Amino acid sequence: MTAEKVFKNPANLKRRKFVNSLMIFLCVVSSVLTILPLLYIFIYTTQSGISALNIDFFTKLPKPVGETGGGMANAIVGSGILIGIGGLIGIPIGILGGIYIAEYSKSFLAGVIKFTTDVLSGVPSIVVGIFAYGVVVLSMQSFSALAGGFALGILMIPTVTKITEEMLKLVPQSLREASLALGVSRWKTTLKVVLKTASSGIITGVLLAIARAAGETAPLLFTAFGNSFWQTRLDQPIAALPLQIFVYAISPYEDWHRQAWAGAFVLIFLVFVVNFLVRFVTRNKYS
Amino acid sequence: MFLDSSDSIEKFGLDFIFSRNWDPVREEFGALTFIYGTIVSSFLALLISLPISIGVAVFLSEIVHKSVRTSLSFLIEILAAIPSIIYGFWGIFVLAPFMRTTIQPFLQSVFGFLPFFQGTMYGTGLLTASIILAIMITPIITAITRDVLKAIPVSQKEAAYALGATKWEGIKMALLNARSGILGGAVLGLGRAIGETMAVTMVIGNKAQIKASLFEPAYTMASVIANEFAEASGGLQVSSLIEVGLILFGVTFIVNSMARLLIYSVTRKA
Repeated sequence: MTAEKVFKNPANLKRRKFVNSLMIFLCVVSSVLTILPLLYIFIYTTQSGISALNIDFFTKLPKPVGETGGGMANAIVGSGILIGIGGLIGIPIGILGGIYIAEYSKSFLAGVIKFTTDVLSGVPSIVVGIFAYGVVVLSMQSFSALAGGFALGILMIPTVTKITEEMLKLVPQSLREASLALGVSRWKTTLKVVLKTASSGIITGVLLAIARAAGETAPLLFTAFGNSFWQTRLDQPIAALPLQIFVYAISPYEDWHRQAWAGAFVLIFLVFVVNFLVRFVTRNKYS
Repeated sequence: MFLDSSDSIEKFGLDFIFSRNWDPVREEFGALTFIYGTIVSSFLALLISLPISIGVAVFLSEIVHKSVRTSLSFLIEILAAIPSIIYGFWGIFVLAPFMRTTIQPFLQSVFGFLPFFQGTMYGTGLLTASIILAIMITPIITAITRDVLKAIPVSQKEAAYALGATKWEGIKMALLNARSGILGGAVLGLGRAIGETMAVTMVIGNKAQIKASLFEPAYTMASVIANEFAEASGGLQVSSLIEVGLILFGVTFIVNSMARLLIYSVTRKA
């Protein structure tokens, strides 16, 4: 059939228009299908979480099975410590890597680093956990906060690198040129001009990485290991919020489920707040 | 990791990949059931997620008005940021019961003659895990597909419309041109699904077996590591689990490298 026949045949046109509306309808349906679970998860977690949330949750230790009440204070503090260690490792490396990729993007090494961080961001977190186990747990002969933090740090690197790179690329080239023209050396330009201009973007990126690390569970299973008592020493097993949620969620006890929902709500709330914040900051500045 | 798994590599050799045995008591380890569970659940997830993701990407980039677009894509970004433990938790308490009472009986009554949809309905199992995975990888594939579609020159679509093409025909052409990038996004999503641990561990049932039915519980590489690593008894079990991790790492590394190269090849041209 020649093109002319295809276009002039009215039956054909009807069919093409039908296909057109059908496909567009399907696109709308798939968008709705994608958003539904999000709303469902959010509403369900909020409902079950808020009813279980109280002051005890943030201030008390877990109670043994059978006793009601108790909280996850140790897990919240533990998560804080783990994220702190992770941040100390992941944030500087991530930012430096991002600077290198963005500012020296023509060099071969920068391409290699970019590719490596892209691939690293796809490595399953549980594999990173095994790596941390091999490096830290085996050499210290004990599960520890340090091992958990190490794993989280590695997981933070790609996110921070990516955001830093993108934010630095948004800094106008003329700013760099102006600084260099004034006789400022390259590293000082990068540090005092470029980095400073992009700082709010980078900070939100770091927050994003922290929010993600806060919810990581798999690599902590056999590095931080979990602990049901107060524990702040870095060379001992430590509790973490997502670990506690996992243990409580697969337990058969109704009361533990309620606590787990409260924990899940805290996590999801953190994710939402950070994402809104990131959205807000980046929108005002760059678009 | 290679060093730490040398015990099990030496002892079992290639049999490790082809053996169905996983018996910590007798110290016999083979990873076939886990490899099977990982492959089936991830590909099934991709099968569910890919058409939906392309639909969303087209909807976002071609159909909807800009104001809706920003808020909708923001919501989808959040979907990607929800911790997997929460997906798993939700999976146990909401999705699994729903699967048991509604979806699985429906599938069995309509497609019951196929071996995939026979057997007891537990709620948890391969199919449920795949659906959770599909929900989790949809944002990733959508984001990449959108970026790739953006890289296709507008003039091509305009030319098609000028020739009298309908909207969908123009979109179809753009999609065809972007196919290698979309494939890259799909492979990236696959890589994520292969490595996903917590959500899968919580809903797949964790039973080392190979059955045709998708309702049956199964086990994946990531979940066996999650479940057994901390409590592994002997050095050989730890070593075997690390070898499973090594396989997982190798597979995801290859999959991700392929995906990145495919995506670079499309977006760099733009």
